[in-house]
Amino acid sequence: MSDPTPILARFPVIVHDTATDAFIVPVAQALEVATWLRDDPAQAFDYASNVTGIDYLPLEKKLKVKQPDGTEVETVSNRPGYFEVVYHLYSMQRKAGPLILKQRTEGRENPLVASLTPVYRGAEFQEREIFDLFGICFKGHPDLRRILMWDEFEDFPMRKDYISPDDYEYEPTPHDSVLAEARKHYSK
Amino acid sequence: MNPASTLPESPVLPPRDYQVYSGDDLATNVLEVAMGPQHPSTHGVFRMDVSLDGETVVKLKPVFGYLHRNHEKIAENVTYLSSMPYTDRLDYFCSMTNNWAYAMTVEKLTGIAVPERAEYIRVIMAELTRLQNHASLVGFFVNDLGASGTPLLYAMREREHILDLFEWASGARMMCNYFRFGGCRNDLPPGWLQQCRKVVDAFPAFMDEFEKLLTENEIIISRTQKVGILPRPLAINAGITGPMLRASGVDYDIRKVDNYGIYNRFNFRVPLGEVGDCYDRFMLRLLEMHESVSILKQALDSIPEGPVIGDVKARNFRPKVGEAYGRIEAPKGELGFFLVSDGSPKPYRYRVRPPSLINLTVLEDMCLGHKIADAVIILGSVDIVLGEVDR
Repeated sequence: MSDPTPILARFPVIVHDTATDAFIVPVAQALEVATWLRDDPAQAFDYASNVTGIDYLPLEKKLKVKQPDGTEVETVSNRPGYFEVVYHLYSMQRKAGPLILKQRTEGRENPLVASLTPVYRGAEFQEREIFDLFGICFKGHPDLRRILMWDEFEDFPMRKDYISPDDYEYEPTPHDSVLAEARKHYSK
Repeated sequence: MNPASTLPESPVLPPRDYQVYSGDDLATNVLEVAMGPQHPSTHGVFRMDVSLDGETVVKLKPVFGYLHRNHEKIAENVTYLSSMPYTDRLDYFCSMTNNWAYAMTVEKLTGIAVPERAEYIRVIMAELTRLQNHASLVGFFVNDLGASGTPLLYAMREREHILDLFEWASGARMMCNYFRFGGCRNDLPPGWLQQCRKVVDAFPAFMDEFEKLLTENEIIISRTQKVGILPRPLAINAGITGPMLRASGVDYDIRKVDNYGIYNRFNFRVPLGEVGDCYDRFMLRLLEMHESVSILKQALDSIPEGPVIGDVKARNFRPKVGEAYGRIEAPKGELGFFLVSDGSPKPYRYRVRPPSLINLTVLEDMCLGHKIADAVIILGSVDIVLGEVDR
């Protein structure tokens, strides 16, 4: 859609993913890139429309590769899991877009990306939502709290490996069957 | 895992500089009020934690989540078509536009084409939705001002005619579930277009009456003008969309910018505000209704005959691996859907970009320094639906 050359020329660290037309930005440079995209008059991406996270679980793929001598060797390719934070940027001035900006975390343990809220106020609630539901931390966010779940909640429901509880509103009451279930529950 | 323990060190921003107006020298303590979730002006289960200096708002934090049911997680566990009825429940005032945004995104992901007649029906349904949303919003807004009931019921009376049309075409008044990937579920019943024409022709009379009663009303003017001003640069930076953005004077209507559907075939103007206060947001909705009536008349004149849905596989289809972001100009702002497909019949990632939630980003900025009674009006002028805010 948009021409990637000027962006890649200005920031050689950015990787352009042609399949999804997305720009994958290293976490350390994300704030600088976003500031430039907003302030550069030729880009002028002044409006962050959609901000969201994606959870990619580790992927194990078994491949059988035929050797020249006829034997088959089984190889296992392991793609480590990671999180992705996707920003859809538009330009209200130029009426152009979207420009898709992505940040990737190193792994799925203690994920950390840079917050773009200092550049785009519109990302404030959406980044809070990603923190709430995916558990991705945003460095530099002014008000990083849970937004949709309650504060005492202790898991991240949008992660792909989230296991929902058996009973959301578990509350034993003194009836026979419920009491028996309660004993079963506590004996686990 | 406690999220607070995994929090990295982030630079602590200085506290915002709250400007407190004090007409006298009496020292008062700041009073903290949890306004909502049962407060009638919050349009549902929404809470504002307000700090008050006398009657003046010095701090306001919106609290969400009372209606949260994780729509996105549910949609990731079912097939693409199964989420269609559930999108009705996002913004339950405007189920037709929710359907359209979702159908458009899936069509983008899979490359399904939409027949000509279905495109016209979609435009007609979306503009009828806009009419009834704006009419009831104006009614609720005046209700928040204290004119309890009467103007709202005038608006609800007109909305009823449009809901009757929805029921006739789709079987349901509010949860329409009418759009399908590649068209609409069924053709319009015989006589529907004539009745729609009657409703559309009668609508300007209601708007004239409404405007005569309200726009020059002294109470409305003195309570809404210069209240809750949203400056233009902040509106753009905070991602505000829809009538709220245009009331601040930014010419950005996705119907014009993206030309999705067949909107490039219709002549309509985009009304813009000058000041960006509550009065502008109120007037902008009235003006947008006039434009919607104009689009509806053009669409009803030129709707062709033909099929309303192509020969598409509706159930259990597997889109190619990829991503798609589709957005439309819903009555409340930019409604977007972001889908990631991994080649299976279920979406790998399903995301709703809710205009109501993001339009609330600037609620605190607009309310600071105003009286608590004005915070109610400012919230009313944002136009939120909690089904969409909390999802």
